[in-house]
Amino acid sequence: MKKSVLLGTFAAVGVMAGAASAGTLDDVIANDVLKCGVSTGQAGFAAPDENGRWEGFDVAVCRAVAAAVLGDQDKVQYVPLSSKVRFTALSSGEIDMLSRATTWTLSRDADLGFTFLGVNYYDGQGFMVRKDLGVGSATELDGATICITTGTTTELNLADYFRSNGMSYEPVPIETSAEARGQYLSGACDVYTTDASALAAQRATFENGDEHMVLPEIISKEPLGPLVREGDEPWGDVVRWTLNAMIAAEELGINRGNLEELAKGTNNPEVNRFMGTEGNIGEMLGLEANWAVNVIAAVGNYGEAFEEHIGEETAIGLSRGLNAQWTQGGLMYSPPFR
Amino acid sequence: MSSEPYVRTEMLSEQPAPLGQTGILRWMRENLFSTIPNAIISTLAFLFVVLILSKLLPWVLQPSWNSESISMCNDDPNITGACWGVIRTRFNQLMFGFYPSELQWRPIVTFIMMLVAIAPVLFDKLPRKMLAFSAIYPFLAVWLLWGGSIWGPIMAFAGFPIGFFANKYLKDVTGELAAMIIAVLATIIWWLYGASLVSGALASVIPLGITAVKSSDFGGLMLSITIGVSGIALSLPIGVVLALGRQSDMFIIKILSVGFIEFIRGVPLITLLFVASVLLNFFLPPGTNFDLILRVIIMVTIFASAYMAEVIRGGLAGLPTGQYEAADALGLDYWQSMRLIIMPQALKISIPGIVGTFIGLFKDTTLVSLIGLLDPVGLIVTIQGTIEWNGIVWELYMFIALMFWVFTFSMSRYSMYLENKLKTTH
Repeated sequence: MKKSVLLGTFAAVGVMAGAASAGTLDDVIANDVLKCGVSTGQAGFAAPDENGRWEGFDVAVCRAVAAAVLGDQDKVQYVPLSSKVRFTALSSGEIDMLSRATTWTLSRDADLGFTFLGVNYYDGQGFMVRKDLGVGSATELDGATICITTGTTTELNLADYFRSNGMSYEPVPIETSAEARGQYLSGACDVYTTDASALAAQRATFENGDEHMVLPEIISKEPLGPLVREGDEPWGDVVRWTLNAMIAAEELGINRGNLEELAKGTNNPEVNRFMGTEGNIGEMLGLEANWAVNVIAAVGNYGEAFEEHIGEETAIGLSRGLNAQWTQGGLMYSPPFR
Repeated sequence: MSSEPYVRTEMLSEQPAPLGQTGILRWMRENLFSTIPNAIISTLAFLFVVLILSKLLPWVLQPSWNSESISMCNDDPNITGACWGVIRTRFNQLMFGFYPSELQWRPIVTFIMMLVAIAPVLFDKLPRKMLAFSAIYPFLAVWLLWGGSIWGPIMAFAGFPIGFFANKYLKDVTGELAAMIIAVLATIIWWLYGASLVSGALASVIPLGITAVKSSDFGGLMLSITIGVSGIALSLPIGVVLALGRQSDMFIIKILSVGFIEFIRGVPLITLLFVASVLLNFFLPPGTNFDLILRVIIMVTIFASAYMAEVIRGGLAGLPTGQYEAADALGLDYWQSMRLIIMPQALKISIPGIVGTFIGLFKDTTLVSLIGLLDPVGLIVTIQGTIEWNGIVWELYMFIALMFWVFTFSMSRYSMYLENKLKTTH
């Protein structure tokens, strides 16, 4: 019985705690499932539909990694995490990777012992207010009550911004975006501050969205991306290059539509290397030769995933902005596949 | 002028009682308007109820059952209140979480069998033979819910006969206390090592089983009931043992019981849950997969056991010393006197407290949403996280409150029934 095996190992903890573990990549392949930490629910980024299938822009990264490593985007065990427990879940090994709108900062990278593997969404912290508050700029918010999610970088940014502008505020601490929404709409706080993408997503579903506005100031840089535990480079490489594959595919013009056609071989050597028909980049990562094909077949290229989950056609309605390809004036830039 | 007194010659037919003395009017006069302060309070209370309902009912009674998303509700001019479509589209999720839809008959069967299994425990008029089913039910339930090979639960069940026979045959050889200790140890060793070996071997010879379901697919009300019922079923016996241990004359047992109870009661449940979900992972060797739901059930059980022990100790303290002395005078040994004299009375006194602890435990299961398990409350956040239902709040909370109320209310009614039945005073 499984339970008894586990209890037995529990008893043997002292003996085995020092034993070295195999790499995460080997673990994921051995378990045949990727344990991916996601948000407990954030519109457009991660949420289960009525059949329990997780969808969203952050979820797409989990699916892409599962497709690259295991060849099946559905071999993912989603572990919903609140913003407070996400880091302990990752460092304790409960999950293999975290894809949960997590800001890449120096202290998290260096001090908490994680490795950030790139950016899948460049965000920034903004403010949303009721229009009838008569405020046109964040510099007029002196003395305001502000709804703020605890345990996130937004909390620190807010304190920094108000201190450097010599203003005071009264924080209303909240746990989830749904709670924030309720508090803000019921008037418990004048201002709701979080990442601008989340503000747009919230406002899109307000009953009277026109009565609210997002102030022009963006007070922080919030590069959001996937992360893994520090010290497991092969696994970090896999996740990093899976994300890069999505970005590079858009740049190279590879999408779900022409994937099969291009996989037969082209005149472009970089596309061929990407597809695994030339070279051995899959082998270098410890993956199958067609790993990148699996990624694109599963979630599409970066642009496709963006448009599907949070793009202008969706209810979230975000424009590409900073998240366009570098060739289009954005920041999305993948190192070369060679 | 002689006046002849009027004499009635025939009986008057029965008249209906005056209007003010019958039915609803009399009841109201006696119960609601018996004195002037009562009348004032009744009127105010009535107005208050009307006020609440006048606000609530128009909000609740909305033709929104078929809506597919919150924006459909917002756009529909006929819908001005609750958007009940969320309950319709997410009903299965609120009940079963992500349990595979083609297997959802299994939790339903498990639940119905649970009612059958607890019936003989709750009502003593039912045939005692049904208790045999109650005894095997926990193993059956685990097998049905999690699936997999049938040999695991069977071998786990085999631990009890092993302990029983070890105790029975060793008693003559080694003496009573040693036999009991060896029996307990044998059972534990069997569970830790033997059961998995034998069931693994049997499964490879005769593969008998049903589709396995991962713990991470558990959710919704089913998860609450699984955790709640396991906690309730396990905490009562453990609580009894702890309460007896605390009263024991044996120093070590007393100290261990007191230490356990005081330590666990001094810690909030949410702390224990965080230990189960986060901290244990740091202590366990990497790669172990100690089932999260099992960890949570263990934590909830030890938490409830500590409270249960104190409730039962209250019952024990309520018994006059004469009862203990009488049991001794009859020549009963410790276990006999506890089983036949002390416990039946102590438990009877403790019923309200026990049921109160049960109800609290069942409601506390919603705390697991904080460690990322998707019980009904945890599902609220995920449902709000979808684009269709972003911004829905009250509908979900009201529905979940209703579901919990059904269970807790039946528990409290049963406790009243039991108190009445066992009442021996006049």
